[in-house]
Amino acid sequence: MTVVLVVCGVLLGISALLLLVRITLGPTMLDRVVALDVLLAVVVCGLALEAAVHQHTSTLSILVVVSLLGFTGAVSVARFTRGSDDVDEESP
Amino acid sequence: MSWTDVADVLAAACLLTGALLTLLAAIGILRFPDVLTRMHSATKPQVLGLIVIVLGLALRLRDPATLGLLALVALFQFGTAPVASHMVGRASFRAGQVDRDLLVVDELSATLGEPTRAEPSEGETE
Repeated sequence: MTVVLVVCGVLLGISALLLLVRITLGPTMLDRVVALDVLLAVVVCGLALEAAVHQHTSTLSILVVVSLLGFTGAVSVARFTRGSDDVDEESP
Repeated sequence: MSWTDVADVLAAACLLTGALLTLLAAIGILRFPDVLTRMHSATKPQVLGLIVIVLGLALRLRDPATLGLLALVALFQFGTAPVASHMVGRASFRAGQVDRDLLVVDELSATLGEPTRAEPSEGETE
């Protein structure tokens, strides 16, 4: 199981790095929100991976909370993105 | 070889598959050209990867008391990913950030009462 932990951890780490690159580059705020949503899912995956390898259940409630957090973030930014200053959007 | 060993091997396979799918989602988000295609990669491989990892966790824990919480995680992903993607895509489209020449079918422009194909100078004139 240690091999699985290392391999999956490396894969998840590479994914997190690629997502950070996209968050840094991201031309619009919505690109960053999409990437941040996936980054939170990567965090959930990492917590679940650690819990699975060490067979403990203390982080399960954190999984539930974090998996809801990405949704609220994406929805609120998408709701209020028209007034943001990242593009020259059409006037209302 | 007891059934716990079989469950452990299955769980390891699930965890590896989920991590690979997450990596695929990250590569797609980095490489795809605009928000709509990035959302495609952010929802489909990502949700499947998370579900598979949670399945691997359930196989590894083998505790009926935790199944409720794990099912809740999977259910939240299934429920919230389409809604969040819908809102992000709609906000991106309405803010004029979508390159309409890349679209195959464009039904939202007709609904909004806008021209289907944007002129090149539309962004500057408005």
